[in-house]
Amino acid sequence: MMQARNTKIFTLFYLMLVSLLITATPVNAALTIQITTGVDGAQPIAVVPFSTDQVKTALPYDLVSIIKNDLARSGRFAPMPEKDLIARPHDGGTVRFGDWRLVNMDYLLVGRVRQLGDVNYEVQFQLFDVFKGEQVTGISYPFVAGDTRRMAHRISDIVYEKLTGQRGAFNTRIAYVTALTTAATGKRQYHLNIADSDGFNEQTILDSSKPLMSPSWSPDGQQLAYVSFEAKRPQIFVQQVFSGQRQRVTDFKGLNSAPVWSPDGKSLAMTLSKSGNPELYLFELATRKLTQLTKHPAIDTEPTWSPDGSKLVFTSDRGGKPQLYIMNLSRNKPASRPRRLTFEGDYNARGVFSPDGKHIAMVHGNRGRFQIAVLDIINNTLQVLTDSHLDESPSFAPNGSMIIYATSRNDRGVLAAVSIDGSVHQRLEVQQGDVREPAWSPLTNAQ
Amino acid sequence: MNYKLLMAAILLPAVLAGCETLGSQDGSEVVVEERGTQVDGAQDAGGDGSGATATGAQAGTTFSGHPLDNPQNILSSRVIYFEFDSAVIRNQDRATIQAHAEYLGKNGGAAVVLEGHTDERGSREYNIALGERRAKAVRQLLLFQGAVASQLQTVSYGEESPAALGHDEDAWQQNRRVEITYKTR
Repeated sequence: MMQARNTKIFTLFYLMLVSLLITATPVNAALTIQITTGVDGAQPIAVVPFSTDQVKTALPYDLVSIIKNDLARSGRFAPMPEKDLIARPHDGGTVRFGDWRLVNMDYLLVGRVRQLGDVNYEVQFQLFDVFKGEQVTGISYPFVAGDTRRMAHRISDIVYEKLTGQRGAFNTRIAYVTALTTAATGKRQYHLNIADSDGFNEQTILDSSKPLMSPSWSPDGQQLAYVSFEAKRPQIFVQQVFSGQRQRVTDFKGLNSAPVWSPDGKSLAMTLSKSGNPELYLFELATRKLTQLTKHPAIDTEPTWSPDGSKLVFTSDRGGKPQLYIMNLSRNKPASRPRRLTFEGDYNARGVFSPDGKHIAMVHGNRGRFQIAVLDIINNTLQVLTDSHLDESPSFAPNGSMIIYATSRNDRGVLAAVSIDGSVHQRLEVQQGDVREPAWSPLTNAQ
Repeated sequence: MNYKLLMAAILLPAVLAGCETLGSQDGSEVVVEERGTQVDGAQDAGGDGSGATATGAQAGTTFSGHPLDNPQNILSSRVIYFEFDSAVIRNQDRATIQAHAEYLGKNGGAAVVLEGHTDERGSREYNIALGERRAKAVRQLLLFQGAVASQLQTVSYGEESPAALGHDEDAWQQNRRVEITYKTR
């Protein structure tokens, strides 16, 4: 299986060299994202620049460029280069489907932007199935200039959902930690950053001279839990992403680590070693009530919740080496006896549930290589998705399409993403320093 | 095994030098970007943060300074190394730990922080736990050999604070360590 996968990647790698190197290098992007391997069958789509005849003050960003980058980055679509467009219609009345069929386009997106006031705009767009000669959808939205990028991502989400049947995840953010060594002093500085899922709008929300770890999003996407060593020992904090307000949640003796939000947003599962040994606990945020979930002399850490909140998967070396275990949680009853979940390879850790609860991504170690693998819980099959050897910290896109993870390239910590079938690979780089511990935000309904 | 011993002997001074830098790196300034609201709790520095101020090595063959400053004394060895995913103390490190245990036993006012570290491989949170296990293994042996609990504090940095920045076995073996840092002597 490994062999087959390698061959496929190899082939795709060549494809990439020949034609498929799609770069999204937006201005001011701190994180640049490159598709390093695309899908063979990416669907051709023509995205025609939207009419701006009724716009006096130009938008701060070009909607169509953002949409095209989103679609290309997903690996599922191959937008037609602008210079190759054979016509520039702005609504269905002027579309000649036969012409687009001749250039092998499957889909066509057209639209227009109108300015309604100083900062108020409206976008109206139509998506067509070229072969059927039919409209797939047509929508108009009002928006303000400051929300241009979000508006574009929302359109990308709609196109993606209509054409793949899966929710788009373009209107999301990524949290990550960077570490930068100042050449003059040799000191390391750590940042907790968030950026849009296309790398734009990078913002530092915490800056420390001591390590920062394990960012975890609250289910509403408004808060991050993380571990900070600012007091020269690990403590867990919860911070409001947009106000910057934060509070220290735990400061127990020993480890305070691996916080992860419960799906209902009321509790954090975490690892504490206040008993003398690392055990899993449940910390209820409103009441600060602490419930111990494991009791074993081995290391128990890295809890992850099943999406329905009924199960926890965690890392334990109770069998001699780190492996993943699963246990049931139920209200008013002690947690069930953990059952071992992984048997392949000599090291499986940092499990994370897919949003549909059917898969668990993990750090899979085998003969000294640490790669991202995904376990199909139902069929109990493990697939290794990456080809590198220092991979860690997998995190699912909230629609389950991609897994973002940290790896090493040219001696630097970088982020990469891989589709859950292993076919699409992306690389995300910061301009300087190391970047690590990506956490993809949930989908939120707020626009 | 011999090779590793040799490497450890060669690398030890470099690691110790790195250690000093670490010790003097002080002040845990943390800045939270303020968007409207004041941030509380950020000034909780914790620890006494004094850091050891090491003075330059002294000339001459007979060492007249503090035994902890004597490069010829086994007490100048303050890093214990480990195998991958292991917290087992190797035989070659036992004499070092014994010397520190005896020193702590004789100097009730002395206190150390045992900082556990791992190499970068595997997952970060597991490594934090592994670093703690290493620090506790050293603590256990120090206690057994004469130190008392109030003199010993443990903390784990996992893979977050490497002594060597490379991505090969050379760097990794320098990073799988417990550093013994004297807060007071």
